[in-house]
Amino acid sequence: MRITILQLFLHLLLLFGLSPLLSGVIGKTKALFAGRVGPPFLQLYFDIWKLFGKGLVISRTTTWIFRAGPVVGLAVPVLAALLIPFGPVGAPISFSGDLIFFVYLFGLSRFFTACAALDTGSSFEGMGAVREVTFSCLAEPTVFFVFIVLARLSGSFSLDAMFGPTLAASWHTAAPSLLLILVCLFIVTLVENCRIPFDDPNTHLELTMIHEVMVLDHSGPDLGMILYGAAMKFLVLGALVVRLFLPVTTGNIALDILLFIGGLLFMAVVIGVIESVMARLRLLRIPQLLVGVSLLSFFSLILLLR
Amino acid sequence: MNFLFLSWLVLGLGACAAALPWRSSKITAILGGGSAVLGCLSGLIAAGQGLIADTAATFSLPWSMPGGSFSLRLDGLSAFFLLPLFIVGLVGALYGTEYMRKEKARLHWSWYNLLLVSMAMVVTAANGLLFLFAWECMSLTSFFLVITEYDLPEVVAAGWTYLLATHLGAACLFAFFLTAGAFCGSLDFASFHLLSTLTGPVASVLFLLLVTGFGSKAGIFPFHVWLPDAHPAAPSHVSALMSGVMVKTAIYGLLRMCSFLPASPAWWGGLLMTIGITGALFGIAMAAMQRDVKRSLAYSTVENIGIILLALGFWMHSRAAGQHVVAALALAGGLIHLLNHALFKSLLFLGAGSLMHGSGSRDLGRMGGLMRRMPVTGLMIVCGGMAICALPPFNGLVGEWFIYRALLESGAALSGLGGFFPVMLIGFLALVGGLALIVMTRIIGIALLGVPRSPAAAQAHEAGWPMRSAMIALALLCLAGGLMPIQLLRVTGRAAVLLDPDSAHLFAGQVITPWWLGIMAFLLIGALLAAFSFNRWRQGRATVAAASTWGCGFAFPSSRMSYSAESYSELAQSGILCSCLTPESKDGRTIGFFPLRRSFVFNAPDPVLEKFFKPLFQRLAGYCRRCCRLQSGNLHIYMLYVFSATVLLLFWVGLR
Amino acid sequence: MDTLLHLLLLLVILLNFFLLGSSRLASCIRTTAFQGGILSLLPLLAHGFSGHTLFLASVAFLLKGIAIPYLLFRAIRQVHIRREVEPLIGYVPTLILGTLATAGAFIFSGRLPLIPEHSQSLFVPVGLATLATGFLMLISRRKAITQALGYLIFENGIFIFGMLLTEAMPLMVESGVLLDLLVGVFVMTILMHQINREFSTMNTDNLTSLKE
Repeated sequence: MRITILQLFLHLLLLFGLSPLLSGVIGKTKALFAGRVGPPFLQLYFDIWKLFGKGLVISRTTTWIFRAGPVVGLAVPVLAALLIPFGPVGAPISFSGDLIFFVYLFGLSRFFTACAALDTGSSFEGMGAVREVTFSCLAEPTVFFVFIVLARLSGSFSLDAMFGPTLAASWHTAAPSLLLILVCLFIVTLVENCRIPFDDPNTHLELTMIHEVMVLDHSGPDLGMILYGAAMKFLVLGALVVRLFLPVTTGNIALDILLFIGGLLFMAVVIGVIESVMARLRLLRIPQLLVGVSLLSFFSLILLLR
Repeated sequence: MNFLFLSWLVLGLGACAAALPWRSSKITAILGGGSAVLGCLSGLIAAGQGLIADTAATFSLPWSMPGGSFSLRLDGLSAFFLLPLFIVGLVGALYGTEYMRKEKARLHWSWYNLLLVSMAMVVTAANGLLFLFAWECMSLTSFFLVITEYDLPEVVAAGWTYLLATHLGAACLFAFFLTAGAFCGSLDFASFHLLSTLTGPVASVLFLLLVTGFGSKAGIFPFHVWLPDAHPAAPSHVSALMSGVMVKTAIYGLLRMCSFLPASPAWWGGLLMTIGITGALFGIAMAAMQRDVKRSLAYSTVENIGIILLALGFWMHSRAAGQHVVAALALAGGLIHLLNHALFKSLLFLGAGSLMHGSGSRDLGRMGGLMRRMPVTGLMIVCGGMAICALPPFNGLVGEWFIYRALLESGAALSGLGGFFPVMLIGFLALVGGLALIVMTRIIGIALLGVPRSPAAAQAHEAGWPMRSAMIALALLCLAGGLMPIQLLRVTGRAAVLLDPDSAHLFAGQVITPWWLGIMAFLLIGALLAAFSFNRWRQGRATVAAASTWGCGFAFPSSRMSYSAESYSELAQSGILCSCLTPESKDGRTIGFFPLRRSFVFNAPDPVLEKFFKPLFQRLAGYCRRCCRLQSGNLHIYMLYVFSATVLLLFWVGLR
Repeated sequence: MDTLLHLLLLLVILLNFFLLGSSRLASCIRTTAFQGGILSLLPLLAHGFSGHTLFLASVAFLLKGIAIPYLLFRAIRQVHIRREVEPLIGYVPTLILGTLATAGAFIFSGRLPLIPEHSQSLFVPVGLATLATGFLMLISRRKAITQALGYLIFENGIFIFGMLLTEAMPLMVESGVLLDLLVGVFVMTILMHQINREFSTMNTDNLTSLKE
């Protein structure tokens, strides 16, 4: 239960500074696979900057909810980032039971994103909203199972301690469980951030999209905020995956931070590779896969309960 | 205690005055509604006193009924239940003065006031007979309120289902009180402490009687079947009162009576948990399929009662296992969720009523785009929806946070079978939470947002100030609960220490404090304001153009092209839910090019009612009809019956 | 050695899940073959190298990993089917049942009065879970080929159980079981071929019409 100014500063710096880079790395990896040059690493920074300076087009059907979507979508990942450790840098805010708040915080952003999509009255965006809320509904039990495994191992209910220094020791005692939940958490990250194989961020067909179709009608600064918020969300969930994957600490804080950033970039490359070699799943298969993943995480918990 | 009597006096006088044949319905509304508001204010003071006082206030008068006495007792637990009762009663009355203006029901206000009095009496009665008397009054007055629109056949049918269900439950309660009274020698609750000397099987039978009896009123699975019909049929502020408060009086009864029974074995808790999680999953799944807004909300009540029951069952279970911190967390979670649900469910019902008032229909498919015509109602429904989905910064999260924490602590501490169940419950609870989000975004998205789906919705009008202020008051309370969870825990603690005296130090101490939740709620609001002002700042420098929604190149989108309520829940139905819940639909497909006119019928009746209770009662009715042969209509036969009965009785008396 | 053994057994369980959730017959067969291959490593890892274990491992590998999958592959090529179309119980429900059964196996085996050196090993729970998976396959799937797979997985479960007793179990018994299996699959493939010719379908439901 503490707030440290330095940690707060580092968190915000990493969050605001680094988050758009990940999407650039993914894009570059995919371009490499396709034999293209691809957009520059900093493309998303340019996009966001450009969008913040542009004008807005707003549908006549919409109300304030439509404008609230981007606002919530930006505020939520920032607050969520303060609850988790970024590699060696501990969470600025941590309290017992913050993992529940963390999960419901993303529920808040989903609520407003879906409502903002429905506000346009377009059936495409309605379709996206349905998919988003339904798939997330299936991903939520997985998140809780993953967190319980970590809570059991660390004996604490705050994300900071669960992803804290004890994690490295846990890899020695409960490697199978941790390996399973690493896979599960990675898949949840893919689902929540609408990556292949669940959603294709680059598809050109409205009928098959999830996240992109919900924000079709947003433009200008609103769209910029959505893109920025999505990048941050990716960083937040990715930070958990990387922490789980790389729980090592060398003792040198600068080196550790570099290691963490390297881990994030590595994860982005892995996602880029996955997106290059896999096709999007059929929509009907996605719920099945998600149920399978939550069962897998449940099973990893059973291994510990025994 | 005096303020409680004052409140009953005012409510009673108001009920009589409103029953008089006034010439204008306005006078009835002012008399009835005004007295209800005043009575509730006085009652709130009484509840506040009860919460503050350290000792219980008691009152007793002899009553000529055998075994009965007019004994009342106002302690922390009673006061905790009086609080939502009078809050919802007050705002409901305020709301009703506008809502009922055009309605023809003359006696409505009398029933409303009497319902408030009888509910308050249920939670303060200290005598079995008085409790049952108040319980029956509550059932009957609410029955009359349900059938306010008695000229509609479906309303009357809903009323009969309700009356039947509630009386079958009451029969179990009669059995309980008769047994308990016979065992203790008196029906006064003061002597019920003798029940704690009962041994295992008898106590368990009594417990099962209580669960069935109170469960049928609380709408626990599978006795919920009356609820989705009765709540939509009633006027909205009555739905709010029934859904928000009346079902909770049954939880009160269960808790109060269980406090008399001997220390609960673990399986009682296990039973309640199983019923609770089943009801929660079932309720929210059914809520996702309803076209009728109020029916959907009624099913969501089934869900929330399930969650409350789950928490209380978990409390019993872990207390029996000796885990005090977990037990305290679960109890706090259950009670806080109970209080919260009273607030946000009432808010949503009032909002749904306002939507009906404005657009003239309860059907989601005939609403749409109402946010533009009814901005205040819309905002209030969004607030209520966020609260019920347990989203920060509203109060819903506080209760769920406690419940999740209880399950997490126990799941992380225990191993083997003991740890298996809490962990599984967390998974199910998370699924329920996700489905609740689907239900609420569906209601908000289809009813409030998008384009109007009917001419009436396009002409909708905003509610007047009484209705609006009633909703705003509840929404502010919901927000206050989320921002100040400490106060919420403190209020709950007054009731909790009576149920679980061992945990008093936990409720006062720092172990289970939700202090950080309040801080986080404030931080969230801060972050939202920062993001909002950034957005405004950028927008201030940009050009803003209005256009029509992007329709993939199609420039003339119509309301028939937007997403419908049925399609919104279709993915969840096919992807998540069990096929036994699939709603009936027919003739939806178009075949070939240039299809002719097709119709699509979609209906989601309650599977428990359709597949279990209806066949059961039909079979019972068949048996009863066979007994009708006894009633031949022939006088001589009847004389034979009388004669044979006399002979049998003589034999019985003689041979005994 | 022990960690590797644990990981392999966990892999067996993951393959069980995959079998329950997959509709493609080819990948089911491949997974079963893979599972058989893993199982054939178990005697070596659990009891060290000896003539007995080497023989058992090689026979198991040849049969479970190569011969039976080959037969099954040939069978599905002959009758031209690629996926289980409509299982009696859907994929998601069978997956859920499978997980519950696995969880049950783990919790149940914790309560069994096993001798101390077995109480911590994963053989018992994994064996039970694999048995349950086999049963679930047999109950929920229609095609004769998935039925055969169910039997195979069932036998895999027994094999894992047998690991506890390898020292005690005579070679002949184990070889007999394996031989039985081979014959069983042979009969199954022949039967499959016949059913297919007779009814031009592969559903075992049609066998009920033989009852008169």
